[in-house]
Amino acid sequence: MADLAMQNATAAMTQPLGQTLAAGPRGRKPKKRLSRANIIVYGTLFVMAMYYALPLYVMIVTSLKGMPEIRMGNIFAPPLEITFQPWVKAWQEACTGINCDGLSRGFWNSVRILIPSVILSVAIASVNGYALSMWKFKGSEVFFTILMIGAFIPYQVMLYPIVILLREAGLYGSLTGLVLVHVAFGMPINTLLFRNYFSSIPEELFKAARVDGAGFWAIFFKIILPMSLPICVVALIIQVTGIWNDFLFGVTYISSPDRYPMTVQLNNIVNSVQGVKEYNVNMAATLLTGLVPLVIYFASGKLFVRGIAAGAVKG
Amino acid sequence: MLPLIFTAMVIFLGGTLWTVVYSFTKSGLLPRLTWDGLAQYERLWSSRKWIVSIENLAIYGVFSLIGTLVIGFTLAALLDRKIRGEAVFRSIFLYPFALSFIVTGLVWQWILNPELGLQSVMRDLGWQSFTFDPLNNPEIVMFGLLIAGLWQGTGLIMCIMLAGLRGIDEDIWKAARVDGIGTVKTYIRIIIPMMRPVFVTSLVLIAAGIVKLYDLVVAQTSGGPGISSEVPAKYVMTAMFGGQNLGQGFAASTMMLVMVVIILIPWAYLEFGDKKHG
Amino acid sequence: MTIQNPSVSIKSLDLSFGAVKVLQNLNLDIADGEFLVLLGSSGCGKSTLLNVIAGLLEPTDGQIWIKGQNVTWAEPSERGIGMVFQSYALYPQMTVEGNLTFGLKNAKVPKDEIAKRVARAAEVLQIEPLLKRKPGALSGGQRQRVAIGRALVRDVEVFLFDEPLSNLDAKLRADLRVELKRLHNSLQNTMIYVTHDQVEAMTLADRIAIMKGGKIMQLGTPAEIYGQPQNLYVADFIGSPSMTFFDGAVNGATIDIPGHDLPLGRYAFKDRPVDGTPAIIGIRPEHVMTGDNLASAPYKTEVTVDLVEPMGSDTLVYCEFGGQTFRIRMDGQAQVAKGDRLTIGIDPAAASLFDKTTEVRL
Repeated sequence: MADLAMQNATAAMTQPLGQTLAAGPRGRKPKKRLSRANIIVYGTLFVMAMYYALPLYVMIVTSLKGMPEIRMGNIFAPPLEITFQPWVKAWQEACTGINCDGLSRGFWNSVRILIPSVILSVAIASVNGYALSMWKFKGSEVFFTILMIGAFIPYQVMLYPIVILLREAGLYGSLTGLVLVHVAFGMPINTLLFRNYFSSIPEELFKAARVDGAGFWAIFFKIILPMSLPICVVALIIQVTGIWNDFLFGVTYISSPDRYPMTVQLNNIVNSVQGVKEYNVNMAATLLTGLVPLVIYFASGKLFVRGIAAGAVKG
Repeated sequence: MLPLIFTAMVIFLGGTLWTVVYSFTKSGLLPRLTWDGLAQYERLWSSRKWIVSIENLAIYGVFSLIGTLVIGFTLAALLDRKIRGEAVFRSIFLYPFALSFIVTGLVWQWILNPELGLQSVMRDLGWQSFTFDPLNNPEIVMFGLLIAGLWQGTGLIMCIMLAGLRGIDEDIWKAARVDGIGTVKTYIRIIIPMMRPVFVTSLVLIAAGIVKLYDLVVAQTSGGPGISSEVPAKYVMTAMFGGQNLGQGFAASTMMLVMVVIILIPWAYLEFGDKKHG
Repeated sequence: MTIQNPSVSIKSLDLSFGAVKVLQNLNLDIADGEFLVLLGSSGCGKSTLLNVIAGLLEPTDGQIWIKGQNVTWAEPSERGIGMVFQSYALYPQMTVEGNLTFGLKNAKVPKDEIAKRVARAAEVLQIEPLLKRKPGALSGGQRQRVAIGRALVRDVEVFLFDEPLSNLDAKLRADLRVELKRLHNSLQNTMIYVTHDQVEAMTLADRIAIMKGGKIMQLGTPAEIYGQPQNLYVADFIGSPSMTFFDGAVNGATIDIPGHDLPLGRYAFKDRPVDGTPAIIGIRPEHVMTGDNLASAPYKTEVTVDLVEPMGSDTLVYCEFGGQTFRIRMDGQAQVAKGDRLTIGIDPAAASLFDKTTEVRL
């Protein structure tokens, strides 16, 4: 205490305040780069990252190796000799049952399912969300609640009644039927998404438009839709990955292997019991199937996170 | 709005009721409205395959719940420590969620391949006695599925937890530091209790996902070896579309519905009952 | 002024985030038992400085001394400080008692000692009936008292407050302000208090440090800050409504602003400039004389009232003067209306003069 007083007194006499600093700690506390806490944090993260990254790595290296190399070798080793043959074969020649024209057919089926489903879902969900948030009518909340509860019901419970409905409509087994199923099951999450987004638009805007004499569709197309680009992108991401990754509906509502979506065809290729297992072709096929959602994931970044946080309800 | 009303009333509500009603009938190859009482349920619960399915789901469910919550929270907490390369780590942990269960199942089937996969690599490295062959061992096959399931699903929970952690007032952390509470203790005693709603939401999401477990099993094990990795959703599919035994399918799917209801009721109670008490 | 045995001493403190300098070569000694207020608009670095004192942020350079100890590298809990936050930062799932005792239990303070301290804090803050409740069941004012209690039980010499009243409504804020002042009077601890509210600063502080851009613009008692602002920034910042500023030039015994040569009279120059130096004079609305006070005014003139704002306790009058809109504070009973002619008196001795280029007080 006395020392400090002395120090201050001398400092004040000889120098403007603060020009000299007493010895001892100053500035930032020096940190060891390899502190125990850091080792634990980064060590754990690194080990976990290995667990998550490894399968993608294994898929890639396996798909680039020849079968002889796979048989003798190490699943984690990089390919000694890179070959794209497995990719070509997976795309063009891989067999499911008697068909041997590769995964390309499944890919195009999936595209044919995906595009109308996604457009229809987003269109319907955006109008639904708009109506639910701005044009509430008696019972609209009841229907919405049933729809949301429906999202939690195991799909298996509703599978067969839909078979009957589709059969009555003459759509059972067709791509159109599957598209309608995707639209129906995508409705809860997307409607919720749009409803919540539109609820955050100030009501005054809507009132002002009505005072100006705009009707239901005029307000929707001129005011609401131009504002909803970000949420449309989020809905798009949810729907594209969800529908592309679907297996259950594809296997249930498509009757002919010709029309199977990519996931179903992939499973049939890899898990077929006939013939010699060609792991490199299998992994190339698996990667090909995963490519569309992966591209969307890495391209969309933050929006994907937003989408899954919202889409989490879909489970 | 018309598609919404149709989906809600006809598909979701109507479809569910239809299935529940027909689960009490003698439906076989085709649905028939011949009353059969609880006979389908008696057959279901005396079926070895169904019992195995339920047991498997219970094992998978318990470990998946605990595993997902623990890993998801730990990863989120680590990422929240202002680390370098957060975005990179986050992308790595989350990308499997973008992939389908089919892709997930097939990759892990390959990695867990006993002759060429992980086991053989470890043996080649000199660990001769290393044995990890879950996909051919009925005792631990569910853990083989679990490894794949956790790989695919924990990223989502990590994201939700991270959002929860970021939502916590920074002053709480400062107050704890002034009080001299260590980091780990602060997480356990202060932060986790504050994140109860986030945990409850995660729990419901994970649980709802577990009941639906199907694609992963089909791709990774096809229910095998034998019937040792059968799950209820697969039982339903086989009964309905494989065995032409619709009544069994309806009864089994109704049981799945019951499971979901059992999960959702306590949650709804917690979520909506709590607000009244403050 | 050199403070002997400062309670808290900040020496040559620098803090930058990347290229952004948040604090620049800061020096500040705070006396034992002093109530020091760090005042400034948002982004001035006041909260950052408080966090550095608490040890929640690390400085880039410089030292922090508390009670004669160099604590620059010490953990917040080892510095002998207690801190109160704007958002209260109470642990929501613990009772009030749990909040008060959590840190102490963690530090392995003996049970009877904890009980003694909690009882004392509860008594001082009158929160005894709340001890078993959870923060969620408390009002904002009660929560803030508990937050103060949490600092109190730590039994420390130095209290740090980070805008503790900002989340409260106006009336409660005034009440708690008085309570804080009483608390300081009875405890006699060193308190460092961050706020952007000049009323809080003026009423609570022994000394105020006005900050801008990571630097202290002026350090002084509330009276000094109000009466002799050392630069244009402080002059403009303190006072509500603020001073009106006129460009002019010092010329012998007068300062000449457009249309008026104001006699400087008894103005106490710090540093008298040469004649003709461009200067700025700032006049507070409440220092303009009207009515009965006019007799003592060294300079009188007549103006036309533009606008009247009655505020109850006083009336604000706007008029045209020296090429500016000039604000005059009159008492609440004043009978003035738009268009009235009004005689006003100005005494530059009560005003503030600044060098036009350096903006420093003359």
